[in-house]
Amino acid sequence: MQNTNQGLLDSLNKWTEGVEKKLQKNPERKQNFVNTSGIPVNRLYTPVDAADTDYMSEIGLPGEYPFTRGVQPTMYRARHWTMRMYAGFATAEESNKRYKFLLDQGQTGLSVAFDLPTQIGYDSDSEMAIGEVGKVGVAIDSLKDMETLFDGIPLDKVSTSMTINAPAAVLLAMYIAVAEKQGVSPEKLTGTIQNDILKEYSSRGTYIFPPKPSMRIITDIFSYCAKSVPLWNTISISGYHIREAGSTAVQEVAFTLANGIAYVEAARQSGLDVDTFGPRLSFFFNAHLDFFEEIAKFRAARRLWARIMKERFGAKNPRSQMVRFHTQTAGCTLTAQQPKNNIVRVAFQALSAVLGGTQSLHTNSMDEALCLPSEEAVQIALRTQQLIANETGVADTVDPLAGSYYIEALTNQIYERAQEYIRKIDEIGGAVSAIEKGYVQREIQDSAYKYQREIEQGKRVVVGLNKFQVKEEKPTNLLRVDPKVRVDQIERLRKVRSERNDEKVKKGLAALKQGAEGTDNLMPLILEAVKTYATLGEICDVLRGVFGEYQQVSTLGS
Amino acid sequence: MDKKIRVLAAKPGLDGHDRGVKVVTSALMDAGMEVIYTGLRQTPAQIVEAAIQEDVDVIAMSILSGAHDYLFPKVMELLREKGVDDVLVIGGGIIPDEDIPALKQAGIKEVFGPGTSTEDIVKYIKENVKR
Repeated sequence: MQNTNQGLLDSLNKWTEGVEKKLQKNPERKQNFVNTSGIPVNRLYTPVDAADTDYMSEIGLPGEYPFTRGVQPTMYRARHWTMRMYAGFATAEESNKRYKFLLDQGQTGLSVAFDLPTQIGYDSDSEMAIGEVGKVGVAIDSLKDMETLFDGIPLDKVSTSMTINAPAAVLLAMYIAVAEKQGVSPEKLTGTIQNDILKEYSSRGTYIFPPKPSMRIITDIFSYCAKSVPLWNTISISGYHIREAGSTAVQEVAFTLANGIAYVEAARQSGLDVDTFGPRLSFFFNAHLDFFEEIAKFRAARRLWARIMKERFGAKNPRSQMVRFHTQTAGCTLTAQQPKNNIVRVAFQALSAVLGGTQSLHTNSMDEALCLPSEEAVQIALRTQQLIANETGVADTVDPLAGSYYIEALTNQIYERAQEYIRKIDEIGGAVSAIEKGYVQREIQDSAYKYQREIEQGKRVVVGLNKFQVKEEKPTNLLRVDPKVRVDQIERLRKVRSERNDEKVKKGLAALKQGAEGTDNLMPLILEAVKTYATLGEICDVLRGVFGEYQQVSTLGS
Repeated sequence: MDKKIRVLAAKPGLDGHDRGVKVVTSALMDAGMEVIYTGLRQTPAQIVEAAIQEDVDVIAMSILSGAHDYLFPKVMELLREKGVDDVLVIGGGIIPDEDIPALKQAGIKEVFGPGTSTEDIVKYIKENVKR
């Protein structure tokens, strides 16, 4: 081995000398090749670059620690990833129709988008909700809307992912209540709530309460579900939005896992054993443009989290050590210019997610830089996944790019750089402190600004935007939400309020208030409250009264 | 020496997408303007109040949630109520072209969509600021 390497090194040196001599006459396209994380990309990778990598301890076998090659032994040979398109708009009834359309098209899981008032805990008739009802997702005010949303969809047959954070406990409670009405017991429910408040403070913005009570609600959910909804993924620790806010790939891994560490610590402090909730932690990453960087990112995240769980937290259950993750292609890379090009961008990004071993995938629609996706655009996006799964052959062997000198070297580099960031965040006092001090936000916004400068200076090519432009007609007939939606939704809300038993509602909300002031698990109290048709806004108002509201820290300004 | 152009960068409504507004804020600051960024979740009334208190020359609003059709004109209405007519108001975000005429009708001077170069925004503000 030593000799081979020496032979390789000698040849490599000679080869490099030869190549560099010719560079004066035939220079390369750029002086420096660097990926989005600032990692230099070499001209060539050889066994020399992976020489320090110990195969069994760093890479290992699929389904085995440290899970670099994937969390299942057979990966997509057993079954393809779950094709899960994020959808939901206007009313529960319209969204219900879209879900049935997607299930008919061969989609295998649901993913619910809620409108902003729902995500921030306001009813549709709140003054804060004007202009936003039903716009970016479905409006849910009470259990009634949730019953309509899943009407005719058997909740023991589908898995449902809900992008809901600050009021995640309330929406999960409503889901459990709908299932009960369908005769489905909570032990059979499969799905995910996003429930990741820390990235809301740093990147996505739909927070309600301050960090401390938010972390309590989250650990209450962990503990409740471990007993009562055992198959439910209680959190989806999300790098997606951190990346969309402008981070690099390394920052995406680092800040996501740092948030993960904060959740594990909070749960342990509340007395939970790491292996009771650890297996239900799931993750959500972005699939961005730099193809190999993204594949290496997914692999590095798996290895890093496995080691954190095992070595830092002493997790023994292999499932606690696994990064099981959903991926969405990068919305921020879509262009409003020549939108059909987005189909191709999405296909490359989706391919990187599959080669990176994702468990489920949302592919963006080509028109998302313009408006809500049309049915046709969604279908092409779903077909893109079906093509990758069924026609390209990439799903037929596990982690096919392992052993590529470049991929393994890059996986190591992303791992090391992300670990370095986590060390820094630990020094600041953990993810919550780092966010409260604005450190994470500043790091992200600096990367975002740098990226934008590179585009404007022409250092980064965006096809159709700063190169290969054409004169084009502005698209028309975009999908939009009828303003009447708000009026109708408020009417439905009034009806619910007039038909319910107000005494029961009051009692339920009073019990919740008392629970929030004490230390009881809030989940059973919220479940009782939603069953009385107390509204999301009423429940969140009770909690706002006890917990207060989060005030954003300023990280910009002159 | 010229007085620095003062800008209020604002996020009306519940939308949490602030990458764009932060990038534009940084670019305007680099171009020598004084920028006050409101942070997320500002009501139209809060934006107008901040604009008056900070005595800004420009209000630059960003929305990606689709609520521009209500929130942008509402800000203009409140500005008029307060007798403010010398502030340049511009908007940005995911705003369909077909919505732009109505927004301009309401008094939004220019709307910048995805892919806009920050240099174009800087240039536009310098050429169109009213005072």
